[in-house]
Amino acid sequence: MSKLKLATVWLDGCSGCHMSILDMDERLLAIAEVVDIVYSPIVDTKDYPDAVDIALVEGAVASVDDERKIRKIRAHTKLLVAMGDCAITGNVPSMRNPIGPQAILDRAYIENASAQPQIPCVVVPQLLRVVRPIHEFVKVDVFLPGCPPSADTFHAALTALATGVPLDIPALTRFGA
Amino acid sequence: MNDAVEVKTLIIDEQEVSARRGQTILEVARENGIQIPTLCSLDGLSSVGACRMCLVEIKGSNKLLPACVATVYEGMEVTTNSERLQKYRRNILELLFAERNHICSVCVSNGHCELQTLGQQHGLTHVRLPYRNPDLHVDASHERFTVDHNRCVLCTRCVRVCAEIEGAHIWDVKGRGIDSIVITDLNQPWGESACTRCGKCVQVCPTGALFDKSKVGADHPKYPDFLPFLNMMREAQ
Amino acid sequence: MNIEELEQIAESVRLENSRYDFEVNVCMDLACMSQGSDRLRDELVKAAEASGKKVLVRRTGCMGPCSSGPLVRVDPEETLYHHVKAGDAEAIVSSLGGDPVPALQCDLNEHFDKQVRVVLENAGHIDPEKIDDYIARDGYKALLTALTEMTPNGVVHRITESGLRGRGGGGYPTGLKWGTVAKAGGDLKYVVCNGDEGDPGAFMDRSVMEGDPHRIIEGMAIAAYGVGASKGFIYVRAEYPIAVSRLTTALREARRRGLLGNGICGTTFNFDVEIRLGAGAFVCGEETALLASIEGRRGTPRPRPPYPAVSGLWGKPTLINNVETYANVAPIVRNGGKWFFNMGSERSKGTKVFALTGRITHTGLIEVPLGIKLWEIIDVIGGGVPGGHTLKAVQTGGPSGGCIPAEMLGLGVSYDALMAAGSIMGSGGMIVMDDTSCMVNVARFFIEFCMTESCGKCIPCRAGTAQMYTLLTRICEGQGTMDDLDLLVELCDTVKNASLCGLGQTAPNPVLSTLKYFRNEYIEHIVHKRCPAGVCNIQAPVEVLA
Repeated sequence: MSKLKLATVWLDGCSGCHMSILDMDERLLAIAEVVDIVYSPIVDTKDYPDAVDIALVEGAVASVDDERKIRKIRAHTKLLVAMGDCAITGNVPSMRNPIGPQAILDRAYIENASAQPQIPCVVVPQLLRVVRPIHEFVKVDVFLPGCPPSADTFHAALTALATGVPLDIPALTRFGA
Repeated sequence: MNDAVEVKTLIIDEQEVSARRGQTILEVARENGIQIPTLCSLDGLSSVGACRMCLVEIKGSNKLLPACVATVYEGMEVTTNSERLQKYRRNILELLFAERNHICSVCVSNGHCELQTLGQQHGLTHVRLPYRNPDLHVDASHERFTVDHNRCVLCTRCVRVCAEIEGAHIWDVKGRGIDSIVITDLNQPWGESACTRCGKCVQVCPTGALFDKSKVGADHPKYPDFLPFLNMMREAQ
Repeated sequence: MNIEELEQIAESVRLENSRYDFEVNVCMDLACMSQGSDRLRDELVKAAEASGKKVLVRRTGCMGPCSSGPLVRVDPEETLYHHVKAGDAEAIVSSLGGDPVPALQCDLNEHFDKQVRVVLENAGHIDPEKIDDYIARDGYKALLTALTEMTPNGVVHRITESGLRGRGGGGYPTGLKWGTVAKAGGDLKYVVCNGDEGDPGAFMDRSVMEGDPHRIIEGMAIAAYGVGASKGFIYVRAEYPIAVSRLTTALREARRRGLLGNGICGTTFNFDVEIRLGAGAFVCGEETALLASIEGRRGTPRPRPPYPAVSGLWGKPTLINNVETYANVAPIVRNGGKWFFNMGSERSKGTKVFALTGRITHTGLIEVPLGIKLWEIIDVIGGGVPGGHTLKAVQTGGPSGGCIPAEMLGLGVSYDALMAAGSIMGSGGMIVMDDTSCMVNVARFFIEFCMTESCGKCIPCRAGTAQMYTLLTRICEGQGTMDDLDLLVELCDTVKNASLCGLGQTAPNPVLSTLKYFRNEYIEHIVHKRCPAGVCNIQAPVEVLA
């Protein structure tokens, strides 16, 4: 049997979920027996592959770029896993929602800038007015809450997903775990 | 079925139980090890039946009753955990999570929050409803405590404990519907209110809405269990 | 006061009236007054004095067809004039004794023919601020009969026998409620009149309070006697200043005549009534919230049981009925339960007042026997949909009710039939909608109303209605998905079954009934991004950027 194609994606999040994946330590080797990481911040692939079996998506959808990415990922992925609270609830990135992006940009780039205060508009993607969880844009197959989900959670979840064993997520993790 | 009979027998979740007249379904269920989820209800305070988490089915009636206020009667048949009830409870929890800005990861109550625990117990892995993202404030004017309205579920435990147990009644609810908010005094900052600084409201708050400033991070367990003892001691006096 | 004295008062009023050759009745209900009927009355008085004719100019309560206001009726000829301006006063007065003024005359025979007036029998015929006018039309006779010739049990029995059901919306058997309060123990009991009418498009109770206030007081006094209460409250919304002032006058007059107070009519029966003003919360029409408000607390409902009949105001047994329910009491006591029972349909007895509004020719107040077919109300009494438009739906029961599609106009109007059709009788609002109404938008309007009027106590109503409003707004704006529709339906179920009080439990009805009968309109909005009625402004979806 060929290995499953696994992608991990980093949208608007702190990369803590990815750190937690790495925290599986030596258990990663066992995971690597059954999956191939075809796309990830930790591998050198620039474009999302056409056919991915499992995608773990970290982070909320906060910019036009995030939205474009998540739609593309959905189109090319069999099983989409929302990984961590940002992807599932909006979490910390969504804390700007009540006041809107302009206030945040002003505070970060104008009010607190010591030199040449200006809001970056070239190269960086435009922010959406509201940060939203990924399931508000695309269908999500598995929700793995936690901030971040623990390495044990990842291990149990990935093993189950790779082998098709049923997964009792609330027994493993919760919002904020 | 004489109502004057002091002891009632009834069935809760196919288990025959006995109860004293005037006891609530919730009390009787707990005495018999049957867990009914609650949020606004708290042992030691009056019950308001507001959160609707403890709704139960009564055989022969299509109306659901809140177990915290509904009293038992002879021959009553109660179902506390049907699929339908579980669905409503999950819906209620989703409504709560989407109503205000509950960011568990940065909350002082992360790990010992009743809302979070209920969510996990009911298998809530995500909220399907759109988040409302209301712009709510944090009042840190009090010397010892803070109220963060982003985390409030409007259970009114603080209102009741302050009025019923402390006797100060500085907490109340302002506004209507989705704009309801708990206030201190006549909507004055907590620090300028007639607060007695007893801290009972903080202890009974099920979430991180009310918290003690001296506690940092997630190191803020709460101990609402003092209430029944306090009441018992007072009655003994 | 006894029956003979009452007769004497009635006789003296009749004698006084017989001195006049003509009676010119001017409607001074809110709708006509807002169009200047008070000035018109002043002009009529002046013109009458100048003419030297024997004319009695009388202000009255609502005559019914409000859209034709200001209305003037000349008796004894019963000539009805519509859209009367103050400047028409002289023409009307000079026509007295001769031919009517053709330019002002209106023919509303069809409008009135199918109506049966019980609750509104005095409206448009008496001066609401004159107790003697009321007495002259058999007013307070029922109270005196009850006090002197009937036992309290007998009164309750008569109401039970009549088959009267609560007119506030629920349709609970009135006699049963009275019986429960009567049987409740305790020496102090209360009767409360719910005049917190708040449904959009409903003004039945206002018109009764403004047009015939004594009828409510008499009904309450009879109820108090029947259930053994000694104190009454009328809870009126402060937005009804004319109703409040006329009720206040009526209470004063009734006390002056010894019809309220201690030892009423020489019996041992004591009863008095106070007015309490609502502060604008729709939810205070819910009985437990209303009681909390009377007690001076925040107007939020509490779980029942205990019902107010057992534990109401300040923990005492309390009878709560709606304005129209009390307005039915005196005629029932006067004419007997059977008389009432013989009107109406199988399980819905008597008549019902409806406030007919929306896209209909004759908007206004109507009273019809229950069981009447919906088309008779719309096409005959209401005069149909104006402007060449076609009828789409009739909304009954306010925000707790539902929309009945045009195909179901053959429906007989009764508590059970409306319920089976996914709506409710409610307090009597009846909003007629034509092809220019978008049913999704209508559902959104009512959900918005419930959202803003939710008290906020229980979660399903507080947050559920807000979420339903968000989802409906998405659909109206063409941003909705079929998943949103599923979520909406799921929320309807939760809000309906898990909410604490009637407001939340019925809030989903407008959505459920429009989904039942007009699902295609939802689908059009969601799938084809178009609003069939052209009401919703649907634009291509754009995410607003920073």
